[in-house]
Amino acid sequence: MSAILETRGLSAAYGSTRVLQGLDIAVEQGGIVTLLGANGAGKTTTLRALCNMMVRASGEIRFNDRRIDGSATEDIVRMGIAHVPDGRGTFVSLSVEENLRLGAYTRRDAGVAQDYERVYGYFPRLKERRHQQAGTLSGGEQQMLAISRALMLRPKLLLLDEPSFGLAPLVVQEIFRILRTINKQDGVSMLLVEQNASIALELADHAYLLETGRIILHGLSSTIASDESVRRAYLGY
Amino acid sequence: MPACFAMPGTELLHQVLSGIANGGIYASVALALVMIYQATHHVNFAQGEMAMFSTYIALLLINLGFPYWVAFFLTLVFAFVFGFGVERLIVRWFNAAPVLSVVAVFIGLLLIINGAAGAEFDYTIKPFPSPFPSNAWYGSPFMSSHEVGMISVTLIVLAAVFVFFRFTPLGLAMRAAAQNPVSSRLVGVRVGWMLALGWGLAGLIGAVAGMMAAHVVYLEPNMMSGILLYGFAAALIGGIDNPWGAALGGPIVGILENLAGACIGTELKLTVALVTIIGVLTVKPSGLFGRTLVTRV
Amino acid sequence: MATLDTSRPAAAPLFAGLSFRTWGLLALALLFAAAAVLPFSLSNFHLAQVTLVIIYSIALLGLNILTGFNGQISLGHGAFFAIGGYTTAILLTKVTGVPYWATVPLAGLICLGVGFLIGWPALRLEGLYLALATFALAVATPQILKYKAWDDWTGGVQGINLDKPGAPFGLPLNRDQWLFYFCFAWAVVAFVIGWNLLRGRTGRAMVAVRDHPIAAATMGINTARYKTLTFGVSAMLTGVAGSLGALWTEFVSPDSFDVFLSIRFLIGIVIGGVGSIPGVIFGAFFIVIVPNYASDLSNWVQTLALPGFLSRILVLLASPQVLFGMALIICVGLLPGGVGGIIRRLLRIIERDAATPTRPPS
Repeated sequence: MSAILETRGLSAAYGSTRVLQGLDIAVEQGGIVTLLGANGAGKTTTLRALCNMMVRASGEIRFNDRRIDGSATEDIVRMGIAHVPDGRGTFVSLSVEENLRLGAYTRRDAGVAQDYERVYGYFPRLKERRHQQAGTLSGGEQQMLAISRALMLRPKLLLLDEPSFGLAPLVVQEIFRILRTINKQDGVSMLLVEQNASIALELADHAYLLETGRIILHGLSSTIASDESVRRAYLGY
Repeated sequence: MPACFAMPGTELLHQVLSGIANGGIYASVALALVMIYQATHHVNFAQGEMAMFSTYIALLLINLGFPYWVAFFLTLVFAFVFGFGVERLIVRWFNAAPVLSVVAVFIGLLLIINGAAGAEFDYTIKPFPSPFPSNAWYGSPFMSSHEVGMISVTLIVLAAVFVFFRFTPLGLAMRAAAQNPVSSRLVGVRVGWMLALGWGLAGLIGAVAGMMAAHVVYLEPNMMSGILLYGFAAALIGGIDNPWGAALGGPIVGILENLAGACIGTELKLTVALVTIIGVLTVKPSGLFGRTLVTRV
Repeated sequence: MATLDTSRPAAAPLFAGLSFRTWGLLALALLFAAAAVLPFSLSNFHLAQVTLVIIYSIALLGLNILTGFNGQISLGHGAFFAIGGYTTAILLTKVTGVPYWATVPLAGLICLGVGFLIGWPALRLEGLYLALATFALAVATPQILKYKAWDDWTGGVQGINLDKPGAPFGLPLNRDQWLFYFCFAWAVVAFVIGWNLLRGRTGRAMVAVRDHPIAAATMGINTARYKTLTFGVSAMLTGVAGSLGALWTEFVSPDSFDVFLSIRFLIGIVIGGVGSIPGVIFGAFFIVIVPNYASDLSNWVQTLALPGFLSRILVLLASPQVLFGMALIICVGLLPGGVGGIIRRLLRIIERDAATPTRPPS
């Protein structure tokens, strides 16, 4: 099984401040990988570097064996990578349905209409609120909207930045259950950045642990989750 | 007390209706200003000159023999390309520049366009035709047919703009790009081109205002400076980041202009605009419908 | 053999053996010497142009203090220039017993007051909005000046005619020569005021208010007071310039104070260098020169006998408005510091070279 996403020596800087120091990450086709680490470790920066937004990135990034480092964000999106940013990035003044429509902005195929139904199927609460202004939704609903908007792209790879942030545990469980379904049913590969290590390790196959811009540990999530010393030292549980 | 308070009802009605008609011009200019402001937080000081230059092109086409409405639509195309071009070639490089630099660039554009119009078309005042014949059925003692025509054209433009932004994918993408450029990139919207499109549309709307106004104030390189001022006032009254506000602010300013003219005399019309602008900015800067501006520490 | 001069403290860099301060004083001395001699070596026309440059320098100094050092963008300084000009014109023609030289400080004081008054509502307007409001002021100014209610004072559309003053004490100078010295003297006063204002505590406070207004306020700087004070002083200087300007043109009329005058002031400080005091002289020179030679440029283009289309475009480009507009955009894009910025960079390079000690030959 080849990798859908592979980086070699990925580095990134904000202005003159180096934040990432040469990362080698791989996500397999249909797999879920999680990026763990404390605040400031560089997790969000990694996702931004992959999409070439807001940071100056260098190093190799391969998507389906094709180099995408240096490509514009808008073009990376068109190749099938959807990014759910931290803070959700919903268009707060637009309606739920308009947000979804934007998710499908780059698509020309006929399957868009049924994708609305599919997405509403995953998140029925969004369907109830389809004409409501996105800014008036609760935190959990906005996260659902953000993920749904990403799904409207019919992405091959989904990048998620802290989807559990600020959400009640039950809501988080629901969202992660749906993420697993999306991965199994639609074959969407995922790269998940999370602070909540336990729930991330439950979902992901592989995990990378980031500290001050470097990968200090990686392996099967089952292995890492069962290693008590690692959990206590790095993951806080 | 000024005689205006003793105005007969018919006179008052005429002033109000005429104010609404002029308000159509101001609303168009205001809408153009708001569109650019919403997307870039810049005020296009050169909007008036761009409209004026487009109007000269319209006159050129009419003098070449094109029927009015053909010339009108060709001018809209020109104005769109003009605005689009100005953004892509000049303005885009200054998007992140400090305020003074941006203001200087817009003033520079104002000068170039004004100077080019003067040099190419000279400074003599030229009459501009109206497509609405003065003895048309829709004329009346209260509103000339041109005034009725102006209101109609403005309404059509506003409706078209509304439909475009509300119901087309491109309009949605432009709204998104104006509100949240980062998230827009993440759905594949090419934000830079959306900005250019916004400038093109603003230029187009400004040209409509110019062509409507030229029949009333006559065409000369400085014809739009006063109208631009009224456009600013209308945009501010409505809320400089709210297109609906612009549509409403136009008639409000138009009526205010006429009533003030009746009371204080028509020689201080620009002062009225000035006082309105300063008044809104000091008392309620967000206007009637805009979002309140907050300074971040 | 070159040795390190250890008798002088290391902090005073030398250029060709003299300290910067000495060079500065030499330059000033040269300037005064030139000013003394110029009226006798130039024709009346060219002398008048130099006098106009001096007058505009004072106006630009006023604008630069407000916009360059204090960050308040004004597109309406033509209004203060107008107030100054009309003050002089009215006092000299409608009021008896006021000598011409007294109208200048009077104009300054009136503008100080007006500027202070305008500065107060201006406090509530940030950058772009202040630019908008002052732009509206500039556009409305000619109409305000033409208003019938004060026709008797302002002379309405026709304006007021006045005469250049003659030299006092029977000095053997013609009117243009005397006006040159008169304006030069006022320029010295203006620049001394400006220099002292900007070098001292007030100046630092003004710059702090420009760059970090909220931080400045938390440090106890009364932002409101400094901003209105700056507005007042800025208006005062431009008003003095306007007063001198009226003596120069020998008339004032509403249409000579249109929005393009205010825009030319903006051009002057941008080209000269926002926040640069010596730069205002270059800026003033630029806005005087361009309109003068634009027509020569356009004539020259026509002599080139280029194909019709190309020739028309070049003639278009040679019109003063277009030249000004292009200069503004090019300056902001490529040389944001203007001429003053270039000078500052050169001085810094010289300073760095002067501070490096010379090595003794091995």
